[in-house]
Amino acid sequence: MKLHRAEEIWLVVGVGIIILAMVFTGYQAFAHGMAPPSGMETLDPQKVDETAPFDNPGIFEIGENAYEVVMTLEAFRFNPNEIEIPAGSEVHFTMTSKDVVHGIQVIGTNINAMVTPGHVQRISQTFDTPGEYLVICNEYCGVGHQMMAMTIIVK
Amino acid sequence: MELAEKSVFHHKVTEVLGVNAKDAKLSITFLVVSFTALLIGGILGLLQGLNRAGLFELPAWFDYYQTLTAHGILLLLVFTTTFAVGYFYAALSHTLGGLLPKVRKMGWIAFGSMVVGVVFVATTIIAGEASVMFTFYPPMQASPWFYIGLVFLVVGIWIAAFGAFINVAHWRKNHKGQHIPLLAFFATGVFVMLVFGSIGVAVEVLTLIPWAFGWKETINVMLSRTLFWSFGHTLVNIWYLTAISAWYVAVPKIIGGKGFSDGLTRLVVILLVILNIPGGFHHQIVDPGITESWKFIHVFMSLSIGFPSLMTAFAMFAVFERTGRRKGGKGLLGWFKKLPWGDVRFLAPFIAMAAFIPGGAGGIAQTNNQLNQVVHNSLWVVGHFHLTVGVTVALTFFGIAYWLIPYLSKREFTPQINRLGIIQTILWTVGMLFMSGSMHAVGLLGSPRRTSYTTYGGHQTALGWDPYLIFLAIGGTLLIVAVLLMVYIAVYLMFFAPKGKTEFPIAEQEADAFPAPKWTERWGLIIVLLIAIVAMGYVVPIFELLGVPGSPPFRTW
Repeated sequence: MKLHRAEEIWLVVGVGIIILAMVFTGYQAFAHGMAPPSGMETLDPQKVDETAPFDNPGIFEIGENAYEVVMTLEAFRFNPNEIEIPAGSEVHFTMTSKDVVHGIQVIGTNINAMVTPGHVQRISQTFDTPGEYLVICNEYCGVGHQMMAMTIIVK
Repeated sequence: MELAEKSVFHHKVTEVLGVNAKDAKLSITFLVVSFTALLIGGILGLLQGLNRAGLFELPAWFDYYQTLTAHGILLLLVFTTTFAVGYFYAALSHTLGGLLPKVRKMGWIAFGSMVVGVVFVATTIIAGEASVMFTFYPPMQASPWFYIGLVFLVVGIWIAAFGAFINVAHWRKNHKGQHIPLLAFFATGVFVMLVFGSIGVAVEVLTLIPWAFGWKETINVMLSRTLFWSFGHTLVNIWYLTAISAWYVAVPKIIGGKGFSDGLTRLVVILLVILNIPGGFHHQIVDPGITESWKFIHVFMSLSIGFPSLMTAFAMFAVFERTGRRKGGKGLLGWFKKLPWGDVRFLAPFIAMAAFIPGGAGGIAQTNNQLNQVVHNSLWVVGHFHLTVGVTVALTFFGIAYWLIPYLSKREFTPQINRLGIIQTILWTVGMLFMSGSMHAVGLLGSPRRTSYTTYGGHQTALGWDPYLIFLAIGGTLLIVAVLLMVYIAVYLMFFAPKGKTEFPIAEQEADAFPAPKWTERWGLIIVLLIAIVAMGYVVPIFELLGVPGSPPFRTW
């Protein structure tokens, strides 16, 4: 099909922008390890309390300035529900849900992930700036959804 | 020969009498439901906005989450689909020389099925048995009757779609070698998308029903979610395709111009139909259970929808410029002033188009992995679709209503109603700017969506969101005034305006427009391509989700 000349130019520019967006997204995801959280391991959502590592949620030092936070989400709380770490810590979250779909977002950081029953979700972040970070559930999970929150204290 | 005579006769009948009264009644009935849904959904929207800003407490017997579920279903499912069916059935009746009696009957059956569906859904929500949002993610479990209501809604839509296919096929049989009229082509595209887009959600709901009755113990959460979103974003583009049909066909005529290019328009329809379904995947960018590579492939599949929209953007402004210049507009932008700004039938769809510039750009931003992660499930997303659906789609629908309703009711579109319409359009636009603007801003700061008023125990960060939320409430208040005005206008045009004749505006094509190639009529081929692209996007990711352990039901409200 023939197109008007001006429209061809417009479409080339438009498609160029789309391709540029793709290149940036791909470069960040695969060259800089900034791909979105995509935990692929599964577990039985009815046996979370008996399945390692979720049988023992908490914060564990796994190296110098590196921590693993094993966390379960359930209506309407995070467990553990307060974390204290030194500034500059690299934190690896390993999470699952004990009931419905939840979302975790640490306000002011790039941590934003869905946590669904049946899957282990993972996301990491380095906390450089001291402060008290608000952590909320950002997927509607029931009548107490607006109360589902915790804090991360970076000292 | 006999057939040819018959169709000429049919044509004359429509010329003389205008719309077929029986067809008009069907379309008007759909539009009555549509505007009723707008009214109730709008009021619920206001209550939510006030609650979210911390100005108003909703009672325990109809709490925030019930309100939100009903608001979403009434506006996203009922308002839009009943409007689309009413509008396209009128378009088919007008451009194909009347609906076949069989098709009209199917239209009424579809209507009945959809009404039954709405009653089931509304009753369960009001009873507090289905506070699950319009996304109804399992393992949150609503009453089985809620899901059965959804089945009736979908079945109604399918019946309406097949009615349209039958009417189009009949016309083509009697008009060998001709292209079907452009608006009927749009209708075909929309109904093809409705049928194929809703297959995924139909499969999901059919697995939810036995689970909701307790016959099956567990449900695969991520599989359900994926099937839902294969429909979710397609639905958005169904509204969008419905809206742009009026941009391409009616708006050029209203401003006294001509259609840009028949062939190009048909290509836009086909591209939107083919590329659409995998677009829903970008709602799952931060989900587990889908690999990073598939998410990246889907960024591309989602972004490809931008291509036909870019073509539309060009075509629309080309029409405006040519028309403005023909009317004597000089210089680089002089044509702009020559457009009929005082005619609400143009003003409303024009603002709708203009809103799609930031709306579409926001969409492209969200489709990219890392940008999506920043705004996922925040109020930004709500701001985005109030800009796209609330302005681009809804305002176009209002723009259509100004001529479609009097055309159907054989009444006049009066200058007074035009003035009122302009006030309505401005109120709506300003209301949406306030609301959508503050939602975008506060969403970037992290304020979540689908959450009633909260300060998270007085946390400093959450308190910082409050000033933005006040603007949200101001926007919502302006919007409810606009809703009341619009409903008044619709009812007036249906039943009280002076009797007369209103035209169904259909633009001729430009003399230098490219004719549509023959293959654009080959819907079989288009559907094969559609299925191939859906398979490319979904087969592997769905296969990976099949073995995930299921979840028992939960009721958390």
